[in-house]
Amino acid sequence: MELWHRFAEGHPDAFESLFRQYQRDVYRWIVRIVRDSAAAEDLTVETFWRMYRARARFSPGGNGAAWLRRIATNAALDHLRHAKLQVPLPEDLPADTAPDSALQRETRHAIQRAVAQLSPRLRVVVQLGLVEEEPYDEIADALGISLNAVKIRMFRAVRLLRKKLLEAGITP
Amino acid sequence: MNDRDTNHQLEAMRKLLKSAVPSVTKVEPPRDLWPQMLRRLETAPTPVPWWDWALLAAAGAVFFFFPGTIPALLYHL
Repeated sequence: MELWHRFAEGHPDAFESLFRQYQRDVYRWIVRIVRDSAAAEDLTVETFWRMYRARARFSPGGNGAAWLRRIATNAALDHLRHAKLQVPLPEDLPADTAPDSALQRETRHAIQRAVAQLSPRLRVVVQLGLVEEEPYDEIADALGISLNAVKIRMFRAVRLLRKKLLEAGITP
Repeated sequence: MNDRDTNHQLEAMRKLLKSAVPSVTKVEPPRDLWPQMLRRLETAPTPVPWWDWALLAAAGAVFFFFPGTIPALLYHL
């Protein structure tokens, strides 16, 4: 807490300490959304840059880590909005588990394409909620929306995904 | 569609997605990003506050509409 106080007061050493303390968490969170390690590096720096610029607006009594995560989520969403649409999700990330080998490569690509074609605001909910299995309340916090709004977005995303997958001949 | 159907669809979709798009919770940044951050801080232009621009515009307007204030200002400088 003391560190956040010092950061809000504009101490450069507090900013560096916060950066070193949270860069891993921020990077991991962003990579879960954008699934691109190079972009995640840039977006981590962008997140801390936004945080640094907004330090005057930070309330020292608030939850700094949650505030930082929200900034990171917005930066990742901005990236998804500006990134080329319909780009399949990269597979070169060090995943916890390998993709199901029984699943045909073409089917896997069709599923990844369907996710990539979702709008960024739906894609982020699917990535975090279904793939990474983050609790809905944490997703709501990170997006700055209500728990109900997360559920509605998830419902819409699943309906759209089902439609796209059925069109591709895959029955979910 | 009732809640049970929705939950069933959600679960089926979760299983399908996880089989095609693996989770990446244990991923680490490949390097310390602080040097990149420092470069960003050093190269970022210093933003000029909007009120500075407003003050400049107001002074410009005064000099334009009341040119007689220019010699008075120069005298006092």
